[in-house]
Amino acid sequence: MATRHDTAAPPAKEGGAAPARPAGAASDSAALRRRARQSRRWRRDVRLSPYAFVSPFFLLFLAFGLFPLIYTAWASLHTVELTAPTDMHWAGLRNYTRLLDDDFFWNAARNTLTIGIISTVPQLLMAMGLAHILNYRLRASTFYRVVMLAPYATSIAAASLVFALLFGRDYGVINWVLHLVGGGRIDWQGDTWPSQIAVSSIIIWRWTGYNALIYLAAMQAVPQELYESAALDGASRWRQFLHVTLPQLRPTILFTTVVSTIGASQVFGEPLLFDANKGASGGAEHQFQTLGLYLYEQGWVNQHLGRASAIAWMMFLILIVIGIVNHVISRRLRAS
Amino acid sequence: MTTTLTKPDARTAGPRRVRGPRSARAGGQLHAGPVAYVVLALFTVGSLFPLVWTAIAASRDNNRLAQTPPPFWFGSNLAHNLSVAWSDADLGKAFLNTTVVAGVSAGTIVLLSTVAGFAFAKLRFRGRGALMLLVIGTMMVPPQLSIIPLYMMVAKLDWTDQLQAVILPSLVSAFGVFFMRQYLIQALPDEIVEAARVDGASSWRVVWHVVFPTARPAMAVLGMLMFVQAWNDFLWPFLVLTQTGNPTVQVALAGLGRGYTPDQSLIMAGALLGTLPLLLVFALFGKQIVGGIMQGAVKG
Repeated sequence: MATRHDTAAPPAKEGGAAPARPAGAASDSAALRRRARQSRRWRRDVRLSPYAFVSPFFLLFLAFGLFPLIYTAWASLHTVELTAPTDMHWAGLRNYTRLLDDDFFWNAARNTLTIGIISTVPQLLMAMGLAHILNYRLRASTFYRVVMLAPYATSIAAASLVFALLFGRDYGVINWVLHLVGGGRIDWQGDTWPSQIAVSSIIIWRWTGYNALIYLAAMQAVPQELYESAALDGASRWRQFLHVTLPQLRPTILFTTVVSTIGASQVFGEPLLFDANKGASGGAEHQFQTLGLYLYEQGWVNQHLGRASAIAWMMFLILIVIGIVNHVISRRLRAS
Repeated sequence: MTTTLTKPDARTAGPRRVRGPRSARAGGQLHAGPVAYVVLALFTVGSLFPLVWTAIAASRDNNRLAQTPPPFWFGSNLAHNLSVAWSDADLGKAFLNTTVVAGVSAGTIVLLSTVAGFAFAKLRFRGRGALMLLVIGTMMVPPQLSIIPLYMMVAKLDWTDQLQAVILPSLVSAFGVFFMRQYLIQALPDEIVEAARVDGASSWRVVWHVVFPTARPAMAVLGMLMFVQAWNDFLWPFLVLTQTGNPTVQVALAGLGRGYTPDQSLIMAGALLGTLPLLLVFALFGKQIVGGIMQGAVKG
């Protein structure tokens, strides 16, 4: 990746490939000129084509990624109504100071954090265990892998509607099973912790298999010799897992943690559709309203796009803080 | 499982001694015990039960779903519910719309990502490292940070309820570029690119005659992954396809769930219809999709 002064190399080859004829005829010099022109064009092609190849991506990213990102910051400093989005009035930092005093904002931030933890931690732990099992020599191994991916093929909308029914208070399958084993009836939509667990379970269901496949791929890339020497040293299977598999998987674990954290920070469809009648409020008491959902409520239900922009940037800042903390922790872990 | 400790040694002495660096079985040398199969069975049931139950609920009527115990076998109402959900939620149009959106989005992403991924993998140019970091960085930005200005743009252009409003922002995928780069680094030997160069082939000819043929398997996998992602995308289509009349499948499903007196069996029929096409794709190409996800993951 470090090489930069590379445009010098290919033309040398080109010079060698085009031996000049010594004859002085006019047609020859025309051919020479043509060669020279072609060679110039070739060199320009080598120098510029990489930029041509990556530019469509970056142009689209500029238009639909970077520009909106910055414009959101700009909009967050204004009062903008959904009904007249071009009519912006300067508001300074008022949108932000309001947010800091806003109980619903902090409630949504707390919910996003708890739902993020309840959904990510069990998901990744189960994915790790599942990957470990899938890494054995299995009969019908492809079958299991495809089955684990079926929830991933199911959309957020479909999954949320189905889980809302499964978690129904009066007639849901889950409460019925709980009743069978002697448990009480749980109000999965109305109570805070149950509703957050239920919303998290949608996320866990959809993503565990996918993450298991990612861990499995990383496990299969671990050099066999490491296990052999560990086994020779008398390490048990469990110790092999702890001291060979996990350290080897550290980059992958970091990757899935980062991706899941980003995903958890944006949770929107699941709480929106889990109680479809309550919609954007995330339950009657906002008990499972996430930041993504609160942004939608502020922007599209209450029609304050400026405030919604401020929420978006707060989400981004929180993510960056989490990213930095994550980085520091993983660096500490590596050092110790 | 503890008694199997000696097995790896016995096995490596066997004919499988010469292994590819990432052969499918490397690491998985031990046969699974019964416990593993029990756990797998549990996960299989957990993965499939909600889907099967969707079909069961879709085959009943709303009254039956408001009784205990809940139904665990199919009723006779499936065809009726499917046809009502189909027309109520305008699913025919939704399928057409979603196919167009997902097809255009996936196709464009695959082409752009292959070309850009090739440049990042095999061409040398000033700023390559920094630009690649930028690509990876863009994967970290949540979509919530772009929806408000994009929504303003759509409103200004009067594109609400039109498919191009959904398609345009979905044409770019940092993951796609990253995925193709990872694939081409190892699948496309430097010598082949250089040989084509020495023969005087222009960069576009190299892409056309060397890169595309080499990248075809990865392009197929990326295309499927991006198709699934676009098919299931919810937030943005939900915002810009607000009025009923021109929904994608996910928007139609959300609308079905928000009726005032929701008929649960109809909602489940809609969910079933909306999920079936992708389940079918996964049943047919599951092996390739699994392989693609695992391949993209290794260098992650």
